[in-house]
Amino acid sequence: MIEKLREKLGEKIKEINISNKKRIYITIDSKDLKDVIKTIFYEMGARYQIVTGIENFNNFELLYHFSFDKEDGIIVSVKTFIEKERPEIESLIDIIPGISYIEREIWELLGINFIGHTNLKHFLLREDWQEGLYPLRKGVKKDGRT
Amino acid sequence: MNLKLKALKKSLWVYHVSAGSCNNCDIEILDLLTPRFDVERFGIVLVGSPRHADVLLCTGIVNKKCVERVKEVYEQTPKPCVVVAIGACACSGGIFRDGYQMAGPLNKIIPVDVYIPGCPPKPEAIIAGIVKFLKEIK
Amino acid sequence: MEELKKVIVPIGPYHPLLEEPEYFQLFCDGEEVVDVEWIAGYNHRGIEKLAESKHWDQVTFLVERICGICSTSHPFAYCNAVEDLAQIEIPERAKYIRSIIGELERLHSHLLWIGLAGHFLGYNTVFMWAWKYREGILDMFEMITGNRNHYAMFRIGGVRRNIEDEDIPILKKTLSEVEGKIKMLTEAVIDDPVLSARLKGVGILNKEDIKNYGAVGPIARASGVDIDVRKDDPYAAYNLVDWKMITTNNGDVFDKAVVRLLECFESIKIINQSLDRIKGTKGEIWKEVREIPKGEGIGRHEAPRGEVFHYIRSDGRASSPIRHKIRAPSYVNIPTFKASCIGETISDVCIILAGVDPCYCCTERIAVYDKEKKKKVYSFEDLVKKSIEKTEKIKKEIGKESKLWKKLF
Repeated sequence: MIEKLREKLGEKIKEINISNKKRIYITIDSKDLKDVIKTIFYEMGARYQIVTGIENFNNFELLYHFSFDKEDGIIVSVKTFIEKERPEIESLIDIIPGISYIEREIWELLGINFIGHTNLKHFLLREDWQEGLYPLRKGVKKDGRT
Repeated sequence: MNLKLKALKKSLWVYHVSAGSCNNCDIEILDLLTPRFDVERFGIVLVGSPRHADVLLCTGIVNKKCVERVKEVYEQTPKPCVVVAIGACACSGGIFRDGYQMAGPLNKIIPVDVYIPGCPPKPEAIIAGIVKFLKEIK
Repeated sequence: MEELKKVIVPIGPYHPLLEEPEYFQLFCDGEEVVDVEWIAGYNHRGIEKLAESKHWDQVTFLVERICGICSTSHPFAYCNAVEDLAQIEIPERAKYIRSIIGELERLHSHLLWIGLAGHFLGYNTVFMWAWKYREGILDMFEMITGNRNHYAMFRIGGVRRNIEDEDIPILKKTLSEVEGKIKMLTEAVIDDPVLSARLKGVGILNKEDIKNYGAVGPIARASGVDIDVRKDDPYAAYNLVDWKMITTNNGDVFDKAVVRLLECFESIKIINQSLDRIKGTKGEIWKEVREIPKGEGIGRHEAPRGEVFHYIRSDGRASSPIRHKIRAPSYVNIPTFKASCIGETISDVCIILAGVDPCYCCTERIAVYDKEKKKKVYSFEDLVKKSIEKTEKIKKEIGKESKLWKKLF
């Protein structure tokens, strides 16, 4: 599987991290995201699972999880980092239609802007939710106060 | 006992409000209607609109998104009505009381008459709670 | 003028019958649905954030309370994730007990769904009967775990409670009773010409849709996509017992029902085999886990509605996760409405929504109003009534019901 990934993606992979033989984490640059996802989703036939957004100490991290069900159930997670000053990334809505809702959720809870997403409206929180308050950020307490 | 209360006690029509629960209490409420517990033999019927209801069965923490809706449902219910908080979440907030979406517990939003704790309360407990309350009305 | 014709039908967020509030807006042109919009959040409780403030052990109880119907699935997936992170191998007896709990839950969840689907179609008897049979399974739960729902059975490294030898004969007896009832229901559903006329060819999802939306579980398997975490990435005792995956090819609501019904028998098979294996043997049921190292882990479990996915990250110092991402199966299954509802009539939407089993889509007031704000309020019951009317109509057209069905009711 790792060889296959290396062969298909080549230079685009910056780092491969294998936590055990069924969980592979690959790190890529955020500008390659669309190409990499296209390759994994269309050419390699992976099943889209979900996107995880994480706030680290000095950047944001997005993980796109893909499952290869018929190849021993390997999960490939594509990691990409976003700068804190400019939390933006391309939307993948034209590649995977089902990704629309999770992008909205990450926009809403973590404050990452998805360029090209046509419907970034409040989804889980109230319409009149305080602007700039993103509950999943580490600076926000669990009860929603900063 | 005034006439309204007397009429209220006769045959309870209940309306079920789920305000951010894990839907376990809700299933137990529905379980009450099915053959094993079958509360319909006492004239208790689940109705489709709060305007027809005598009792509001509320479950869940009441999150910030549904506060208005819960209030609205309460206002639409003809008075006198009985509000029952079912489950740990509705009574106190339960495991979610520290969360950022928490607006309740229920008694902060609307006046509550009966509390039935438990996660989830057993169907028997729900019946017992309501029966106890009916005995108290004078 | 074109604009005026379009009507928005909001479904939800409250429902007289069931469970969680969920809100759908149907954009209609006459009877036909042209677009669907899903608005969620009436049940959002911020669990992902709360998990970051709880101890590793406490999180199992928190995730249990995500959903009341599939209340084992989330702890199951969470424990798998932590065990993946910390490389823990659980004792064999614990594996079997985990599978038993997981499959019992599938049985009760599928029966619950069958009941509700019956109600939406106007077969209220099915609703009452299926829920009555479900009680037997809840009794089994009460016997094993001490509670009807929210079993608190799972812990990192194993399970909390043992299944005692003297309980096993009673469990098996209850199970065989339930099996007989499900068999009867299955025959009745598959045999009934009215149900076939009503459900076949409705709300079709093809393989392309499944891939695009990432749909999982019975929805995917009804469309001929053979994914099941229990087979593809075996965990617990699923590779130690003998069972097979159920798939059908048509992708309509009828097939979804058939897949669920047939799955029940596979579950019963798994439970019976597991009970046999643990009977008379002794062994540890959990392994002490002292600390969780730094790293990240992914855990999955095939819940009744599809694959549950948990992602966990630990920094090795804190006693709680740094990030806990949860994806429930309905999160990817609900958006498939965009593919299955559009082009159908309003009276079919009800059962299509139900067919996905979205941890129920909930509905209360269905206000049908047009752009001129002329308000006309339908209740959810009207929608169910519409659905029931259609069934009645078909019944009359066909003029007969299945013989078995008649015998039953």
